[in-house]
Amino acid sequence: MAADGAAEVFRRRGHAVVVGASLAGLRAAETLREEGFTGTLTMIGDEPRDPYDRPPLSKQVLLGRVPADGTELPRRRALDARWRLGVAAAGLDLAGRRVRLADGEEVAFDRLLIATGARARPWFRESEAALDGVFVLRTADDAARLTRRLAAGPRRVLVVGAGFTGSEIASACRERGLEVTVAERGPAPLVGALGGVVGAVAARLQRDHGVDLRCGVTVTALEGDLAGRLRRAHLSDGAALDVDVAVIGLGAIRNTEWLTGSGLAAGPRGVACDAGCRAFDVHGIVTDDVFVAGDVARSPHPLFGYQFLSLEHWGNAVAQAEVAAHNMISSGLDRRPHLWLPAFWSAQFGVNVKSVGVPPLGDELVVTQGALAENRFVAAYGFQGRFIAAVAFDQGRWLDFYRGLIESAAPFPPAFTNLDRRTDGTRPVPADFPDPSLPTHGPTVTLSGYSPSERRLRFTPAPA
Amino acid sequence: MTQATLLQQILDYANRADPYPLYAELRRTPVTRQEGGVYAVSTYWEITGLLHDPRISSDARNRAPQAGAGPLPVVPQEETDLPPSFIGLDPPEHDRLRRLAMRPFGPPHTPRRVHDMRAELTRTVSGLIDAFQGRSEVDIVDDFAYPFPVTVICRLLGVPREDEARFHIWAEAVVAALDPDPVEGAPDRARAARRARSELGLYLAGLAEERRRAPGDDLLSAMTSGHGPEERLSPVEVVTTAVLLLIAGHETTVNLIANGVLTLLRHPEELKRLRDEPGLAVPLVEELLRYEPPVQLLPQRTAVADIDIAGTTIPRGAPIWLVVASGSRDPRRFADPDRFLPERPDNQHLGFGGGVHYCFGAPLARLEAQIALTELARRLGEPRLVEDPPPYRRNPVLRGPRHLRVAFDTLAR
Ligand SMILES: Cc1cc2nc3c(=O)[nH]c(=O)nc-3n(C[C@H](O)[C@H](O)[C@H](O)COP(=O)(O)OP(=O)(O)OC[C@H]3O[C@@H](n4cnc5c(N)ncnc54)[C@H](O)[C@@H]3O)c2cc1C
Ligand code: HEM
Repeated sequence: MAADGAAEVFRRRGHAVVVGASLAGLRAAETLREEGFTGTLTMIGDEPRDPYDRPPLSKQVLLGRVPADGTELPRRRALDARWRLGVAAAGLDLAGRRVRLADGEEVAFDRLLIATGARARPWFRESEAALDGVFVLRTADDAARLTRRLAAGPRRVLVVGAGFTGSEIASACRERGLEVTVAERGPAPLVGALGGVVGAVAARLQRDHGVDLRCGVTVTALEGDLAGRLRRAHLSDGAALDVDVAVIGLGAIRNTEWLTGSGLAAGPRGVACDAGCRAFDVHGIVTDDVFVAGDVARSPHPLFGYQFLSLEHWGNAVAQAEVAAHNMISSGLDRRPHLWLPAFWSAQFGVNVKSVGVPPLGDELVVTQGALAENRFVAAYGFQGRFIAAVAFDQGRWLDFYRGLIESAAPFPPAFTNLDRRTDGTRPVPADFPDPSLPTHGPTVTLSGYSPSERRLRFTPAPA
Repeated sequence: MTQATLLQQILDYANRADPYPLYAELRRTPVTRQEGGVYAVSTYWEITGLLHDPRISSDARNRAPQAGAGPLPVVPQEETDLPPSFIGLDPPEHDRLRRLAMRPFGPPHTPRRVHDMRAELTRTVSGLIDAFQGRSEVDIVDDFAYPFPVTVICRLLGVPREDEARFHIWAEAVVAALDPDPVEGAPDRARAARRARSELGLYLAGLAEERRRAPGDDLLSAMTSGHGPEERLSPVEVVTTAVLLLIAGHETTVNLIANGVLTLLRHPEELKRLRDEPGLAVPLVEELLRYEPPVQLLPQRTAVADIDIAGTTIPRGAPIWLVVASGSRDPRRFADPDRFLPERPDNQHLGFGGGVHYCFGAPLARLEAQIALTELARRLGEPRLVEDPPPYRRNPVLRGPRHLRVAFDTLAR
């Protein structure tokens, strides 16, 4: 009862502080207000601009169709918040419930939401990273700089790393008619996210679009001229490439340094929290007044053996922010679990890629619709005899069906017939992930319900 | 009362003016087996589930031979002299044809086509309303809604203006057969429709050939020239696709406009708001598509596998009806579903279907209805219904008024 009272008092006149004023932070703040939070609200963000959207940065912005400062996030409602933009949070005093800002100000809170996301992993050698012509892509400023350079018509662009961001950058460069080399350590683009079978399709797409794709190599050094301009890149196979632009697409690092020593379970992989978005402290005990959402969060997902998932997905940031905000002003049984099924999209080389579930958990794959050779297909991933993920190339309209199969732990490979099943869709093949890290045989958990308030779990313990 | 008689009641012409209470009863059981082995699906989530389910076919050839069409006297969508168009095909054929037809019509290749038609649409609408001059009563269906989409499709396809009159006559004969009216000499009409359809096909084939030699900036030209031999529609495919665009975009648009005028006259406060803030037309048309959808149900689906859904198993080969008009009024999805709320938030109605067959012409249909309703609201002074409810067409699938008589005092410029 005491806890109930606390949530109610907080809802009416508490002080909520949100650190990280981007997608997750904004959506959480809006949800707080939407669900009746009438206390004071402070938004702290180190970027000096209003919250904006990142997915277009590697797509429409690089193509010059949308200006880099033109992706501001649409507002769902007025916030009535105090904004502290352009100043970073530098520390957290958990016991005293204060956030310390880089300019020395201290902001007290009753409840805190951590939504500091991630930043681009920089090139590992600082002197080389500082060369004129070496870029990363995470922020609107990054996108503005890179777009300006691409528009100037460099002779060759090197993309380091063929994950989603790297592949999208390569695609935009080709669309601009620029020469591109992509260097990828793995055997194919997207291999970590989608496996070798689908990665091979991505590789063919890149080459068909004129990308000089080099797999199984790493970039060992970036070389500049006397004026500090990038001139050449050296690869692990001994090759040297004349390039004047290099974009580093080596993934992201969670922004958790400001929480060092705070007593929260925060590290390079994110801030650990429970399915209700409450942060864990270093002892693994859940806190009551600190919540986490978005790219910076790491939370257990019941559908995937209660493994902690860190996701860099737009949809996850929104869904988790909404649950976190709801739980900040609710108590006990009114709190909701974040049961979002991972999903993301990408657009590259004229193809819309969509994914649901967690493909890297898959051990086998069946092309259930279309054909890999046509670049139009749905690939279903199975793990220990059940559906765990599905990836579509230009066939995204079917994915809701597969979402249902994943949520209900439907048996894999599928026994049913369906439209557009080809001969290579009759037998599963290894999904071919480079380094499988599979959870152990666990209980079966299925999801039901359509709206957030209806979502329920069914838990079936594993047979002994 | 059994479910079977419930469906019969829905199809019964006597209930055409207000089928919604019957849908509410139907929704008590989301999926029910009806007479003739038809499975009727009436709830929002079950319908969207099946629209995205690759175990459901739109190709009538997948129906079990013994399965009938159910209690609906369906008029064959396609005549035997033409192969099915993509609305009646499954992937991959469907996807190929739709992709090629989309190239000159919408994003990503032609994102501005519909937008660029705005001026033309406004001109057409203005012309039709100008013709009301000197009258104090019009039939919104015959005098306005009917001619409008045909003119639009002619412009889109690139039919020369001097041929437009002939095109209107064929179009009318073809779509008239979609409304099965047992009273008025149906066999004659079916014969006339068949004749009109072959004449229309021949005409379009000839026009397409002309356009292949001397292309213009129209859909027929683009569809005939194509992009390389792999990515091109055959001459027959060009004709079936053009006929599909005409048929799919005709009665539907007529109904949307007529249902829209009817609904606005029943909600005078919304009509007044539309007059004062034309921007309201955008969400208002969405709400119309939810509240009075021109397409009430999709009767063309077939299961290609046994499907377990909502406690029932739909057997392979069984015909499925997706009652989208019922799904769009499902209280588990829409709060206050029986109220017309033009600014309803999160209005993901089923008016345009869903999944891979989601309405191809949706952006055009939206714009047509927005312009038509805004202009009618603006120009008709003191409009009122002469009869309510109006007489309906017999067709329970493409449901809408046969006539909609509206009296008015003044006509603004
Ligand atoms: C180029 C690009 C393309 C993408 N494309 C897709 C896509 O196609 N599909 C998809 O699903 N996802 C995509 N994503 C991922 C998606 O954008 C992210 O998942 C989403 O932005 C996460 O939102 P967030 O609010 O959690 O984190 P972020 O957007 O990273 O926001 C965190 C904010 O906190 C600020 N911050 C950090 N530390 C501090 C501090 N100490 N004090 C104050 N503020 C701080 C940061 O500067 C930032 O503004 C893409 C991302 C990028 C970069
Ligand atoms: C208010 C107007 C309209 C409504 C309510 C409407 C509704 C629909 C619906 C419900 C479907 C899905 C059919 C199915 O799943 O079996 C559909 C498909 C289709 N519509 Fe529309 N429509 C309208 C206007 C138009 C217009 C103007 C055009 C043409 C320009 C058009 C062309 C098509 C085509 C070609 C299909 C088939 C799509 C496919 O199978 O992939 N429609 N429409």
